[in-house]
Amino acid sequence: MWRFVLRRAGNGAVSILGASLVIFMVSRLSGDPITLMMPPDAPPQAIEAMRVALGLDRPLWTQYWIFITNALTGDFGTSYRWQQPALNLVLDRLPATVELAVAALLFSVSVAVPLGVLSAVYRGGWVDRLGRILAMLGQAMPNFWVGLMLILVFAVGFGWLPAFGRGGPEHLILPAIALGWYPVAAQMRIVRSGMLDVLESDYIRLSRALGTPERLLVWKYAFRNAAVPLLTMLGVYFAAMLGGAFIVEVIFAWPGIGRMVVEAVFARDFPVVQAGVLFSSILFVMSNLLVDISYGIVDPRIRND
Amino acid sequence: MTDVVQAPIPMPRMAWLARLKGAPVIPLVILGTVVFCAVAGGLVAPFDPNDADLDAAFQPPFWAKEGSWSHPLGTDNLGRDILSRIIAGCRVSVIVSLYAIAFSGAIGALVGMISGYFGGRVDQVIMRLVEIQMSIPSIALALLLAAALQPGLGTVVVVIVFTYWTWYARIIRGEVLSLKTRDYVAFARVAGVSTPVILLRHLLPNIMNTLLVLATLQVGQVIIFEASLSFLGLGIQQPDVSWGLMLSDARQYISNAWWAITMPGIAIMLTCLAANLFGDWLRDRLDPRLRQM
Repeated sequence: MWRFVLRRAGNGAVSILGASLVIFMVSRLSGDPITLMMPPDAPPQAIEAMRVALGLDRPLWTQYWIFITNALTGDFGTSYRWQQPALNLVLDRLPATVELAVAALLFSVSVAVPLGVLSAVYRGGWVDRLGRILAMLGQAMPNFWVGLMLILVFAVGFGWLPAFGRGGPEHLILPAIALGWYPVAAQMRIVRSGMLDVLESDYIRLSRALGTPERLLVWKYAFRNAAVPLLTMLGVYFAAMLGGAFIVEVIFAWPGIGRMVVEAVFARDFPVVQAGVLFSSILFVMSNLLVDISYGIVDPRIRND
Repeated sequence: MTDVVQAPIPMPRMAWLARLKGAPVIPLVILGTVVFCAVAGGLVAPFDPNDADLDAAFQPPFWAKEGSWSHPLGTDNLGRDILSRIIAGCRVSVIVSLYAIAFSGAIGALVGMISGYFGGRVDQVIMRLVEIQMSIPSIALALLLAAALQPGLGTVVVVIVFTYWTWYARIIRGEVLSLKTRDYVAFARVAGVSTPVILLRHLLPNIMNTLLVLATLQVGQVIIFEASLSFLGLGIQQPDVSWGLMLSDARQYISNAWWAITMPGIAIMLTCLAANLFGDWLRDRLDPRLRQM
């Protein structure tokens, strides 16, 4: 088991290292990275000093080495806009992003589980059909447009919920729905196919024959087994929400990492963009790693692959 | 001397058309309309998409009380006709879809074929690259690229290709892994056929169906991706018209004109829905094993 964990962790580390290389190379795509790291109106002496300080007169692989060793010590450079270390800015915004991702995940699961279970139990019935329509619509609507429609109806139209900012739980509702809407379809399918498999199994037939009440049978005996695939996938969805909340955060003026990165892109505050993107990748890789490890714990066969 | 009776040779093009038999009609009509608008939008649009007319600003669609048929879907804050702008926006959606899918499909298929066919070290390296690529959230990568490059149509295509080639590569690799064990590949190899010819003449035709299905299913995602980037201001720039850009404009006056923010979204939704439904049909017909995707 430990060898399995170590191997997966090693793969994850390689992925993060690779991601840092991609980020480094993209930052060099535009030519002189100094123009990205300094404000547009910086004096020439400052630019020259910065070039030497960052070692930009040296070969590219040395530059990458400097970038990665600095990054390992948490130094992504200083945001010229906020005059603070870029990493601190990212960490300050982390709680808001995590809060939104958790709320969105709760929303999607609480919609997907009942729909998935019911559409498996009443296969071909109206819940099944409704679920399929929802799934199709979910795949066809951009999450930012769902967010805008929610604002239009519930904030502008009825005035029930706030459309902007972070505050009490009422601030969370609309952004969480907008962000959690997309994965509902996939989660519902996982639950549905899991339930269909389990409902066919011998132990369910036997307990039904023994006269177990249908509700107990479905929600306790069957669902507990059918939920395993969903549980193990939750980490992946959580990671996707952490990394995919950029536009939803912008629309709802949610003070998270995504919105900060978008603002930094427009301000050409490149250290913050780099730190934010690399940080999202690290979160993403770590969540996937946890999923892999939990799979390994649940299903020992995977460890030897 | 031989008197050969020429049998009527079926037109290959007609044979291809016949395969569309049974395709879902409504999605095909929607997709056809979008493509038509992209090609000949200027001929059918009632107004120039960038024609501002401040006297006509904020007109609601025709079914509303103050709406009129002169602007069937209403006007935006500058009095530009929303229907004409949606028609004009088809062009960006179609162009971005074509380029992005062609490039990501070609790169992904080539890499996937090489990875699956050669196996071993090559495969390991390529699959590790795919993993690295997938560890960066796609919108984050897009923001990074957009920050480093100039925003515009070209950047949008680059970003989408960068994001989606892995998707093709992984699926095509799996496909080739099983195809390469077939006898006809072994025969070709024994007969001395060169590797590029095996890949292009013997393997490529067999993964064509999969590629076609993947490409169709990608259309909706590309359109949403483009809209998202343009919405953020990192994609298509004025005066080009894109549905995402329209939504970005309309967001400023969401409380004045509900139609300005609803209509472009419906255009996106209908197009993606049509592409996905058509893709589903194509998949069930050509390559049912992909249903797990």
